[in-house]
Amino acid sequence: MNKHWPWIILGLVGAACLAVVASARGEQINALWIVAAALSVYLIAYRYYAKFIAGRVFGINPARATPAVRRADGLDYVATDRRVLFGHHFAAIAGAGPLVGPVLAAQMGYLPGTLWILAGVVLAGAVQDFAVLFISMRRDGRSLGELIRMEMGAVAGTIALTGAFMIMVIILAVLALIVVRALAESPWGMVTVAATVPLAMLMGAYTRWVRPGAIGEVSLLGFVGPIGAIFAGQWVSLHPVLAPMFTFTPVQLCFILIVYGAVASVLPVWLLLAPRDYLSTFLKIGAIAALAIGIVIMAPPLRMPALTAFATTGAGPVWAGPLFPFLFITIACGAVSGFHALIASGTTPKLIASEADAPFIGYGAMLMESAVAIMALVAASILDPGVYFAMNAPAALLGTDPASAAAAVTAMGYPVSAATLAQTARDVGEATIISRTGGAPTLAVAMAEIFSHAVGGAAMKAFWYHFAILFEALFILTAVDAGTRAGRFMLQDLIGLASPRFREGKGASGLVATALCVAAWGFFLYQGVTDPLGGVNTLWPLFGISNQMLAAVALMLATVVLFRMKRERFAWVTMVPAAWLLLCTGTAGLMKLFHPDPKIGFLAHAARFAAAAARGEVLAPAKSLQDMQRIVMNDRIDAGLCALFLAVVAAILVFAVRTCLAARALPRPSATEVPPAMTLAAAE
Amino acid sequence: MKRVFARLAQMARLMVGMPDYDAYCRHMAAHHPDRPPMTRAAFFRDRQQARYGSGGGRCC
Repeated sequence: MNKHWPWIILGLVGAACLAVVASARGEQINALWIVAAALSVYLIAYRYYAKFIAGRVFGINPARATPAVRRADGLDYVATDRRVLFGHHFAAIAGAGPLVGPVLAAQMGYLPGTLWILAGVVLAGAVQDFAVLFISMRRDGRSLGELIRMEMGAVAGTIALTGAFMIMVIILAVLALIVVRALAESPWGMVTVAATVPLAMLMGAYTRWVRPGAIGEVSLLGFVGPIGAIFAGQWVSLHPVLAPMFTFTPVQLCFILIVYGAVASVLPVWLLLAPRDYLSTFLKIGAIAALAIGIVIMAPPLRMPALTAFATTGAGPVWAGPLFPFLFITIACGAVSGFHALIASGTTPKLIASEADAPFIGYGAMLMESAVAIMALVAASILDPGVYFAMNAPAALLGTDPASAAAAVTAMGYPVSAATLAQTARDVGEATIISRTGGAPTLAVAMAEIFSHAVGGAAMKAFWYHFAILFEALFILTAVDAGTRAGRFMLQDLIGLASPRFREGKGASGLVATALCVAAWGFFLYQGVTDPLGGVNTLWPLFGISNQMLAAVALMLATVVLFRMKRERFAWVTMVPAAWLLLCTGTAGLMKLFHPDPKIGFLAHAARFAAAAARGEVLAPAKSLQDMQRIVMNDRIDAGLCALFLAVVAAILVFAVRTCLAARALPRPSATEVPPAMTLAAAE
Repeated sequence: MKRVFARLAQMARLMVGMPDYDAYCRHMAAHHPDRPPMTRAAFFRDRQQARYGSGGGRCC
């Protein structure tokens, strides 16, 4: 009992903090209450729930050799110190997702998002990551698609692979859209980010020919570059001739990004992708650490209310739809992210030294990502709510000048003056902050606030704003480049099922697959960029639905494995979160398809525009009948994609139930572990 | 102190997918003494291609 006392005290502290967070009404509370509550929740969940899952549910066996031990080759399979591996795994799972989702979710106030991030990570997200890591670790570190094939059959594997490819397309489109929204009409941001391309190439040449393998050295040299690029960007943005040359409209940026994505993904990896990955990874880890320190030093009050009116009406300007189910798909990464299933069945299971390390890596790293999401939510909530809504509401609602935006936001119930909006833009060195949707610019303004409090004061705000934009754009561009390559291989595998020549990459099949992949995400990006509601409105829910559906698929796989291991009495650990995700994504998917409100339902929106077009009317934002046809077409494609996701997840559910029932009927375990559990028991 | 720094450096390298070269050399010496191990530069290129050449390995 003695060993539990510190944890009981920690639990009481955490509960007290949460009580403060949840009961504050009408007065501002300090951000540190949320941070303290979150940390207590994480520590207790890790100490008790992760340990329970490892010991009782999975039956982790430290004596059993991991793939890194059995297949050691010094290259792919290397038994690695668990702290070192934690860093590797965390760097692989944490990206833009946990930073953007919570910022968008802040439109309902900080409370719903905080509660979902905490409950979601403990009961669903971290469980999923840990479960997939465990399953892959017991099967030679195979990938998610192969694991589903092994445990649920070839058809289920192919269905899951198709779903994963479509999710990849949506993720790439939405990430690219965030970059477009952050860099549009911003010569300073554009120059800063563009300068990193030649810089990365110089770094690539250095590691290729001058000093191969000197990653630390080249990253330090490279780090000076972006700082210089920020100052160069400022100089250009003030230059009368150069500034217009680097000022792009969203549509121009959209095509620049598509061309960039296509070219970058066929260049040799050492030239651009690898060196920029060094920069973006170290910058990402550094910025996250700095943000954590900055929040603790500043201890800012939360100016966003705990609950806004939009939490109950569901008519928020940032994204449309009621709290259930849309909050639970808006915050994906940070609470539960299906994409992690691909990472947890990638390199990490091949590097684990002992099964006993799995909860620390699988469950622990996800808790850390959740902490990043909490920080993003805090950052969005310390801003003046008026500024937050002026940045995140669509231009169709706000107009384009500070006066109209201030009037529109004040009418929403968040009084703000035109002077405040103009001053905020001047402070961060931008022409305007109105309707800079996508989350990244909002986060950058908040980070500028937090960093300038610690270093440099108000005079440094513009520098920190562009530093934050740079750090976000840098790792998003890396993800676009790497994602296009990954999508290409997925596509080659899928088409290869029909035509084996394609899989082997014969002829131009690699280029064809790359082109198809870029065209697919480019289509959704263009659609998002030209969407009058800002695009985030359409694409983020699709991303959230698909990502959470992948999480449901991973949790269903874990349930199947538990049944096949004859541990079904513990299967509630994965069944409960899987059921919750199926409920959320199923409801959200059906609402996006069939909801009668055109702001929510794709088909209702299509019907409204099709009817108007038939009458010969042109509805804003369309400017011609041709535009009207295009909007209808886009809506129908989005609806089709949504239906496809629903079909994928329904099919996997059927396979999962069938496999579970079959496993129950068998008298002995039937999970296909490598090496089989039976031979292991005999050997012992 | 020195060990902490070495471990941090190792972590930073593995974050960008570069495993420990010394561990690789130890593995080769212990299990394949007949085969010469790759040089540091060749090892670096091999691992870089392995990480980025096949796509994947990063999240949203």
